[in-house]
Amino acid sequence: MSNPAIGALRQSGSLFALVLDVVRSLPRRPFQTKEFIQQCWFIASVTIVPTALVSIPFGAVIALQLGTLTRQLGAQSFTGAASVLAVIREASPIVTALLIAGAGGSAICADLGSRKIREEIDAMEVLGISPIQRLVVPRVLAAMVVSLLLNGLVSVVGVAGGYFFNVIIQGGTPGAYIASFTALAQLADLWTSEIKAVIFGFIAAVVASYKGLTAGGGPKGVGDAVNQSVVITFMFLFVVNFVASAVYFQVVPQKI
Amino acid sequence: MGVEIRVEGLTKRFGSQVIWNDVSLTLPAGEISVMLGPSGTGKSVFLKTLVGLLKPDAGAIWIQDRDLTQMRERDLYEVRKLFGVLFQDGALFGSMNLYDNVAFPLREHTKKSESDIRKIVLEKMDLVGLTGAESKLPGEISGGMRKRAGLARALVLDPEILLIDEPDSGLDPVRTSYINQLFIDLNAQIDATFLIVTHDINSTRTVPDNIGLLYHRHLAMFGPREMLLSSEEPVVRQFLNAQTIGPIGMSEEKDADELASEEGQELPPLPPIPLQLSTSDGTPRRGERPAGDWCRANGITPPPGSFQSQNAGVPGVRHSEPTPTAEAPVA
Repeated sequence: MSNPAIGALRQSGSLFALVLDVVRSLPRRPFQTKEFIQQCWFIASVTIVPTALVSIPFGAVIALQLGTLTRQLGAQSFTGAASVLAVIREASPIVTALLIAGAGGSAICADLGSRKIREEIDAMEVLGISPIQRLVVPRVLAAMVVSLLLNGLVSVVGVAGGYFFNVIIQGGTPGAYIASFTALAQLADLWTSEIKAVIFGFIAAVVASYKGLTAGGGPKGVGDAVNQSVVITFMFLFVVNFVASAVYFQVVPQKI
Repeated sequence: MGVEIRVEGLTKRFGSQVIWNDVSLTLPAGEISVMLGPSGTGKSVFLKTLVGLLKPDAGAIWIQDRDLTQMRERDLYEVRKLFGVLFQDGALFGSMNLYDNVAFPLREHTKKSESDIRKIVLEKMDLVGLTGAESKLPGEISGGMRKRAGLARALVLDPEILLIDEPDSGLDPVRTSYINQLFIDLNAQIDATFLIVTHDINSTRTVPDNIGLLYHRHLAMFGPREMLLSSEEPVVRQFLNAQTIGPIGMSEEKDADELASEEGQELPPLPPIPLQLSTSDGTPRRGERPAGDWCRANGITPPPGSFQSQNAGVPGVRHSEPTPTAEAPVA
């Protein structure tokens, strides 16, 4: 216990054990439909507005950077192409993930953590009900579904924000911006983006649930658990994002 | 009918810290047992180990000829249906009102219709005296009510074993007496095996059929109530009579110097053993034995004045000299 390396190893071991448990409990009946819908609604309600608000400046920054760069290179007609590529491939899954982890995950962790310290989770197990099937599975699924939908929202809002900045502020050509959309980007980019978002949603919810279910030491323990869950999720997300992008470039043939 | 729990050589550690070592005892079917111990001796850990929430490092827990410590998760959930557990603060689901909380196990585990569920839930709520509070949320009621609601939820599946964690913490003495009476009446009604974890001596002296004492990382003694109440064993004697003289110190054990300085002090005589609480309507419980039975069978002379009143020997209650007209049997 005293050795931090062993402690970290044990933690990651139990985290993966939870992942396995969640996957194994997925097909188990009865499916908690009510809980699932409630959680979808809850996660969506805490993430939609911040996500939209974050994705507008995000799209704008990309457009701003690219606008200057493409002008220097004399490739203004490709501003739209590059901006769409950046938003859909990288920006939107990451923005989605950060908000799912920051807003949704922290709420899941706080909820499960406070149930844990009030012994509600123990009580549930004693009543013969698996908290994983009853509480964790609906939350993980809800986070995945909401991530998928949010990712679409971020893509649209981000591209629109980019369009606004490039065309209205920087005086770009509207036609060229839109026409070049398909110059670099392809449908596979959209799929990849959505798959990434679903994976990120899964990670955020599982880490949050894990931290919540292992919270201890009273109200302070719950606060610590929420804090750690957000930090751990962020670290995971960037690593996984890198791996997913690397795999994508190996698997999907590029346009140019 | 109640189920016997046999615990053999149970050991629990957290890391290198031993919580308790080699605990062996049998909770007889249908009887009320109390597990006592100074604060921090792992009483709650013991209770959680019995339901399989915590895994022991060694030993076995036999319930209906099956070892709970070796069971797979799926079987564990099955066996847990035998248990009703009342956690310290009731452990109610904060998002549900009391009615839904009590109905929860029924809705999850049975295919009963809502009207049947309603009947059972209202009956159990009435049993614990919560009629009319069905639509309240756990956050809106007092600790005592939460405890009683938790008890109603623990009872709703007609458990064979009822584990109760500190029923008296945070309750006033009157409510504690009521809840003790409720346990006795319940035991007569449903015949389940009860294990109550507490450090309230008042309840311990009058409620249970058996008493166990966890002390210094082991089970100091477990046996019939009269055996512990008449015991001269220093730890048992000190704890059951709430005295400062004895091996238990403020933090953990006393050191040799402290013990030596107490050497000459004379221990007060053992207080009389009180009568056991009987059911409110006088129906006998299955586990009930006549007062003084154990003492007679084992040739022990109980302290003078025993078996005459339920207040006998309660710390703080001055007891008058025994009156020879008392009808209770004296050994």
